[in-house]
Amino acid sequence: MDDLLPEFLAETNESLAELDLALVKLERNPEDQATLSLIFRLVHTIKGTCGFLGLPRLERVAHAAENVLGRVRDGELAVTPDVISLVLAALDRIKAIVAGLASTGAEPAGDDGAVIADLNRMAAGEAPSRQTAGRPTPAPVEEAPQPPADAQAGEGPVGAQTIRVTVEVLEELMTLVGELVLTRNQLLQLSRTQGTTAFSAPLQRLSHITSDLQEGVMKTRMQPIGSAWNKLPRLVRDLAQETGKKIVLEMRGQETELDRQVLELMRDPLTHMVRNSADHGLETPEERRAAGKPETGRIMLNAFHEGGHIIIEIADDGRGLDLDKIRAKALAKGLATEAELAVMTEAQIRAFIFRAGFSTAAAITAISGRGVGMDVVRSNIERIGGTIELASTFGAGSCFTIKIPLTLAIVSALIVSAAGERFAIPQISVMELVRVGDDREAGGGARGDTEAGTAMAIEHIGETPVLRLRDRLLPLVSLGSLLQMEPAAVSETTTVVVTAVGSGLLGIVVDEVFDTEEIVVKPVAPILRHVTMFSGNTILGDGSVIMILDPNGVARSAGVSSRSGPGGSAAATTSTSGSDERVALLLFRAGGAGATYAVPLSLVARLEDIPVAKIEYAASGPVTQYRGQLMPLVAMGAGSRFAAPGCAAEGEEPASQPVLVFADGERSMGLMVDAIIDVVHDRLRIELGGGEVGVLGTAVIAGQAADVLDTGHWLTLAWRDWFGGDRPATAARRRVLVVEDSDFFRQLLVPTLSAAGYDVTAAGSVAEALRLRDGGLVVDAIVSDIEMPDIDGFGFAQRVREGGPWAELPMIALTGRGGAADESRGRDAGFTDYCQKFQREALIESLRQCLSAPVLA
Amino acid sequence: MSAATATASSGHGASQAYVTLMLGDQLCGVPVLAVRDVLAKQPIARIPLAPPEVAGNLNLRGRIVTAIDLRQRLRLPKRAPDAGAMSVVTEQGSELYALLVDQVSEVVTLNTADMERNPPTLPPVWAENSRGIYRVSERLMVVLDVEKLLQIDIGMAA
Repeated sequence: MDDLLPEFLAETNESLAELDLALVKLERNPEDQATLSLIFRLVHTIKGTCGFLGLPRLERVAHAAENVLGRVRDGELAVTPDVISLVLAALDRIKAIVAGLASTGAEPAGDDGAVIADLNRMAAGEAPSRQTAGRPTPAPVEEAPQPPADAQAGEGPVGAQTIRVTVEVLEELMTLVGELVLTRNQLLQLSRTQGTTAFSAPLQRLSHITSDLQEGVMKTRMQPIGSAWNKLPRLVRDLAQETGKKIVLEMRGQETELDRQVLELMRDPLTHMVRNSADHGLETPEERRAAGKPETGRIMLNAFHEGGHIIIEIADDGRGLDLDKIRAKALAKGLATEAELAVMTEAQIRAFIFRAGFSTAAAITAISGRGVGMDVVRSNIERIGGTIELASTFGAGSCFTIKIPLTLAIVSALIVSAAGERFAIPQISVMELVRVGDDREAGGGARGDTEAGTAMAIEHIGETPVLRLRDRLLPLVSLGSLLQMEPAAVSETTTVVVTAVGSGLLGIVVDEVFDTEEIVVKPVAPILRHVTMFSGNTILGDGSVIMILDPNGVARSAGVSSRSGPGGSAAATTSTSGSDERVALLLFRAGGAGATYAVPLSLVARLEDIPVAKIEYAASGPVTQYRGQLMPLVAMGAGSRFAAPGCAAEGEEPASQPVLVFADGERSMGLMVDAIIDVVHDRLRIELGGGEVGVLGTAVIAGQAADVLDTGHWLTLAWRDWFGGDRPATAARRRVLVVEDSDFFRQLLVPTLSAAGYDVTAAGSVAEALRLRDGGLVVDAIVSDIEMPDIDGFGFAQRVREGGPWAELPMIALTGRGGAADESRGRDAGFTDYCQKFQREALIESLRQCLSAPVLA
Repeated sequence: MSAATATASSGHGASQAYVTLMLGDQLCGVPVLAVRDVLAKQPIARIPLAPPEVAGNLNLRGRIVTAIDLRQRLRLPKRAPDAGAMSVVTEQGSELYALLVDQVSEVVTLNTADMERNPPTLPPVWAENSRGIYRVSERLMVVLDVEKLLQIDIGMAA
């Protein structure tokens, strides 16, 4: 507390001076909402800080003044000279106490009852008290001079060893130092050509001093974010005591350096937000126990660099935001109409909490909750060009993500070149460098200089280059082509800069890698802001100007989705989709270019080799007679022999055509491929989202990159009405809810069930499914996976059976593993039936039975 | 804008000083108060994906200056690759811009009363960026509107 006091005094004195001016301004201009908000915020901040520093006298006076101002702000009290005088009197009292505090280091004793009573009477709407507002002032005057007289300690804690320097002065210094560095570099260059002269020694010295000076000036601006955080543990502890909650505060990334100015502006918002999390976000131990959570709530602070930004996350595992409450409140406050609310997304509704005068806390406490907090937070963050986002799950917690641009910061960057131009990539996002030979010729010649020691080569899936890096597929983008620059001379080897984007990795292919350099990030000119691939530009030591790449921008431009989980901690789980279960996969080549594809074997009805002579051409394309019926054939990719009638049969003609037959009821279609390679058992993890039509994505299967077929696409090519149309032309279509955490299986199940004539709604998790239920979704049956994170299928079944609109619905469990024990556990949990994953026929039969039973009954 | 209207009143009527420059065959002028620097040919770093008018970045004593090629901006034919370009550095909203021109020549002081309006037949790109016309020693000088010149339509960029 002692080290905080001087700062508090400096800040409060500034605020008080500002308040004097603002109040007088308000008196002249009672309708000025901006001034009123300013006054309110300043008083609120003083109150908040006092409470936290343990200054009860100040806090009580400020709280009473804030009450009055709150009524004024809500329009319940008019701005009259009486009100202003009363508030000014309260401010005078605050000043007197602050003066006492400054000289003795402790709050002077004294009674503020009269002032507070006046303020409270005013707040309660009673007529201005008989005393004129000026009268309370004499009281502090008596007390205030007293403490200084007592103070023998002399100066007290105020005489701080700092001076305030405007940022412009520092900026100017920085520019001058930059120029000095460049001039020094030129001089050094000159002296190198001159050999040793009388100038050499002093020049060396000048050079050193310049470097030190540069470092010094830069240091004046940078501070670790931890310096703004070190007050928080105490704050949280006090709050925990006051509210009777159990709270732990976790802090990560304290060493992340922030520009001083940015840090100053972030200090208040961070305090507000942590206070909010503790006060509103976290539940009491009893509530937490009832919700099945550990008694101790967690507040997590995390700071890190990402691309050209600093990200600060403030997360809690509390109750999360109640969207319905926010909706109701927005309606009550007249911020939106019912119709407007109805079409808003959840994120838009959550954004209401950033509006002025919005607070979801039912009770106003001294800690927070006048709706000042988030409004101040947002305006402070936006003032420095940052953004704030909010993710929240009702019941599970909230996470605020603040993104502040790094425009003033200094970063270490890797200098690379592509197409003859140099670029800087922030070192912070560079994971590793991999030297690769070009394309497939790189047998053993070009050896990756990583610890792996194996030959690295860029492979292609269709036109898309990828790199297999320690059994992970790394998407690649070529910097030169992405920036639409004409390629320079073809180099023997290229280098892949592996960068972290969002939650995944991206390889940026560059021609050459130079050095790392400390660079000063300068913002790009406004006319270039639309090029999101650059986070700034900089001047290198040799005086040349280069652009700084933002790997996240590069990823966006390249169409690589950087999926990041709401908690930001989901990095490990979101980068892979699919299941850990091993499935039988059919590998085949198609498209002529030799690309490898994979499809789950269970989806394929048969593999056939059809004699080429038996392929006939109908108006709609190639067909063949198959088991007494005409089966349409679809060619994969343009390279196939039958892609277009014109390019059919070129060169040597093989006698037969390998075909994958997909069947559904009476119908079947054949997918013509180049060659069937193998059937393997492997995990199916789709690592790259598919950009190509007809492909779900790319996976490493048996150590090889393969595109996973989107069977739905090809089926519809053969029969436009494959999904839907005239299928079971029975009455109303039944709606089935599919709950499956794996993107891949979900994508397989949805077309499969649609093909069987059902309307399908898919949910990625049990929580999502339950939300759909609470949202009023009407379904006729539920198909659910068993193994899912958080809540598994058994848990889901129990919850559904507990009550609600779905309690009576048929539920079918899908599982990768069979077994009677498992099955009986499923039935106990409430599942109607149990199916193996991929047993299409069985699932559809089971659904049919489940759904027909109640209809007949 | 403020620089353009800053005038010095001399004996009879206000007058204003212009830096004259050449763009192709056209004589142009920029109010002298809008000019921070005049630079000889500078190394310019290309900026990928920038609008075509943006020639690149250059380093002016430690500050990054965005170079705008006025030939591109005013839809004039491209300069011969070996022809040197001079630049006129101007400031807007605390950002520095270098306007690349063929040649910068002297400063002339002209009587503001002599400025004539743009003829209505001027091609639109010139009309938009010209504040008016002066007759300077038998030639016509277009007064460039620096502020307009720097309003580059980003939508045109690829």
